Amino acid sequence: MNHKPLNNRAWFFVLPVLAFVMFSSIIPAMTVVNYSVQDTMGANSFFWNGDQWFRDLLDPSTEIGARFNDALFRTLAFSLVALAIEVPLGIVIALNLPRKGKAVGVSLVLMALPMLIPWNVVGTIWQIFTRADIGLFGAALTGLGLHYNVTEDAVSAWVTIVVIDVWHWTPLVILLSYAGLRAIPDAFYQAARIDGASRWAIFLNIELPKLQKVLVIAVLLRFMQTFMIYTEPVVVTGGGPGSATTFLSIDLVKIALGQVDLGNAAAMSLVYYLITLTVCWVFYTIMTQIERRRDA
Amino acid sequence: MRQGYASKIVLTVYLVLLMLPIYWLINMSLRTNTDIVSGLALWPHHPTLVKYVEIFNDPSWVNAFGVSLTYVAINTVISVTVALPAAYAFNRYHFVGDKHLFFWLLTNLMAPAAVFAMPFFQLYYAVGLFDTVWAVALAHCLFNVPLAVWILEGFVSGVPREIDETAAIDGYSFPHFFIRIFLPLIANGVGVTAFFCFMFSWVEELLATTLTSSNALPFAAVMTRSYSAAGMDWALLSAAGVLTMVPGAVVIWFVRNHIAKGFALGRV
Repeated sequence: MNHKPLNNRAWFFVLPVLAFVMFSSIIPAMTVVNYSVQDTMGANSFFWNGDQWFRDLLDPSTEIGARFNDALFRTLAFSLVALAIEVPLGIVIALNLPRKGKAVGVSLVLMALPMLIPWNVVGTIWQIFTRADIGLFGAALTGLGLHYNVTEDAVSAWVTIVVIDVWHWTPLVILLSYAGLRAIPDAFYQAARIDGASRWAIFLNIELPKLQKVLVIAVLLRFMQTFMIYTEPVVVTGGGPGSATTFLSIDLVKIALGQVDLGNAAAMSLVYYLITLTVCWVFYTIMTQIERRRDA
Repeated sequence: MRQGYASKIVLTVYLVLLMLPIYWLINMSLRTNTDIVSGLALWPHHPTLVKYVEIFNDPSWVNAFGVSLTYVAINTVISVTVALPAAYAFNRYHFVGDKHLFFWLLTNLMAPAAVFAMPFFQLYYAVGLFDTVWAVALAHCLFNVPLAVWILEGFVSGVPREIDETAAIDGYSFPHFFIRIFLPLIANGVGVTAFFCFMFSWVEELLATTLTSSNALPFAAVMTRSYSAAGMDWALLSAAGVLTMVPGAVVIWFVRNHIAKGFALGRV
């Protein structure tokens, strides 16, 4: 990486990317920044509002502040729960996938299938699947005598959203882990067998270190996606019952497109974006530090 | 990764659970609404394709399917084309601001689509692209272009630099080298990248529905519309849902051997 030649003409190669992403990113972002510091009396008359929207948002004693606080906490909790289930489960399944053979191709295609379903259809699938009258999942749980009702019971709604996310995205972790595992040379396993290492020792000393790089990618991608979750809960629970599954994205769309409350929505957008960015950056920095220390 | 019976059982159980919701959707799509509400059935006792016929005979569904495929195709072509030279530049050269630029590109993946829904609506309305396939195709570039650069950069790094140097010594011009020699070497990477662009554009719903109203309604929007129609037409929704899985299933078949590497961004 260090002996790359310096060549500023390489900028020309990057310009097309810059043009496309700038158009879709900088202009809308500036619009958001604009709204976040202005207030409107309607009819396109805007006036300067300074940092008032941000003060309101970050102060839990205001209405919008309390709402933001709750949604933020719900979203973080959801991300943590989803990651805590998906990452270990993904590793376990990847370890059980054969290295070669006909079963591999078929398994991988089947596993990737849920990720190729449009998100609103994922919602529809589970909306049907979890209904007690026509869905297998709902009928099975109610049949077992459990109190399960997605639209009326907050716990049911939460469990459902988590189950959907695990169903939908664990395959991503599996595929990443599998790619990492396949990169381990057979010789490593043979050496371990000669040393009489236990299965657990092989996992801890050979497989897990090799998996670290792909797991960083997996955790980053999964955090971003769970933290931005929108379509599935909207279709299945509509953010309810009450506001039990109103995650940040859902609340934001309600405020921006539903109430057309531009100032609050814009300030919320920026804070939301900065939180995502900060968490990803901190996690990435810590992980690369650990990796560097181990390699040193 | 030895394959014992335990492994096979774990894998089989997982795959069955994974396929169950999809199977259930297919099951529903082959029944009629009166049949569905009359009780649970593990398989369709009187399978019928009547809802599929209804969708194929309704121009609004057929158009919407075409619209969705069109913007996904436009987006995939744009993303891969502009990302190729950039991925090469990021991997092979050092230039002023390269690291900052790369990081800035990735930050666009972290921007929740909800944040951009409202400004996108205003932007595309202002430039007159609102309610066209181009609006959606361009909007999806926000996350697909950075992703394409990221994946392709991984595949470019797998090609030894000596190949570039040899080609230069042999007197190949850069465009000739890039298109005739370099591209075939990363053909797998290009395929995998195109697959990912396809996937994320195909599954995205929030921006696609926000940026369209009547002429360029995506499939997802037509599905949402048939929701609010009087009573739930479960069988119709199921049949539509099954149809949205077909393009993905077809595309994935072509990249099945490289898919795992693609998810690791070409970096294992």
